[in-house]
Amino acid sequence: MDQAFVGRSLDFPEPYEVGIEKIRQFADAIGDDNSLYHDRVAAQFAGHPSVVAPPTFAIQVIARAQDAVMFDPSLGLDFSRVVHLDQRFVYQRPIFAGDVLSCVVTVESIKVLAGNDVITVRTDVSSADGSTVVSCWGTLVSRG
Amino acid sequence: MADLESDVGSGSAPGLDGTEVGFVLPPLSLQVTRAQLVRYAGASGDFNPIHWNDRTATAVGLPGVIAHGMLTMALATRIVTSWVGDPARVREVSVRFTRPVVVPDDEVGALVEVSAVVGAVVDGVARVDITARYEGQTVLGKARAFVVL
Repeated sequence: MDQAFVGRSLDFPEPYEVGIEKIRQFADAIGDDNSLYHDRVAAQFAGHPSVVAPPTFAIQVIARAQDAVMFDPSLGLDFSRVVHLDQRFVYQRPIFAGDVLSCVVTVESIKVLAGNDVITVRTDVSSADGSTVVSCWGTLVSRG
Repeated sequence: MADLESDVGSGSAPGLDGTEVGFVLPPLSLQVTRAQLVRYAGASGDFNPIHWNDRTATAVGLPGVIAHGMLTMALATRIVTSWVGDPARVREVSVRFTRPVVVPDDEVGALVEVSAVVGAVVDGVARVDITARYEGQTVLGKARAFVVL
């Protein structure tokens, strides 16, 4: 992979609009009937503006922006051999239905470990008012 | 009234703020079937065929169709959100994917057993150390969540 990509950032132009049905569908897919993922009234009663997204829902929010960086052919990552090595989400506040979220993707590191390409990408997700909602770190390894 | 305030709408376990190091969270046993992988693929938009097609999975050297790592992470995180009630209490969650969960093409699927213990409490925030096992082996490493008590 091209080391020149380390430190580069992409401010992904298209925001992700968080739909209430998408959150419900995601919660169903992970088998979680927590009322705060499904019931707007219950979520509002708990002090939230709308239903809350499960903590790992952020992966869906960042997917398009992150793929735009990872799939860039000039980066040179062999996607057919890629395995997800680790993932981390650090929340300033939860994601809620109705959020309009923007992603900035930064390549934090590119290494070769035991002959395998390893790339760590950070994606900062912010709300329409510019405040950070969640920062996400993901590491992928391409088995050489 | 204070009790009402602290429990409002969240279904939180009572006395969360008195949580001590060593507290063992209620464990979860989760059955992951092929049907759930299809659901998760659709919900997440991750349509990598290694998560639904045996032919593709075996062609890349896997023993068979495997669960999405992010689904395994989501299931592991459920032990924490189920305990605290309100997922807004979760400030951080992180995992390493160390071993795939192979999901057989039958009605039973793969049984993932999730356990967790409070490893630290600092300034009202608990570090929860999570273990996810499949066929007796751990499938995640350094899986942890930080939650506001």
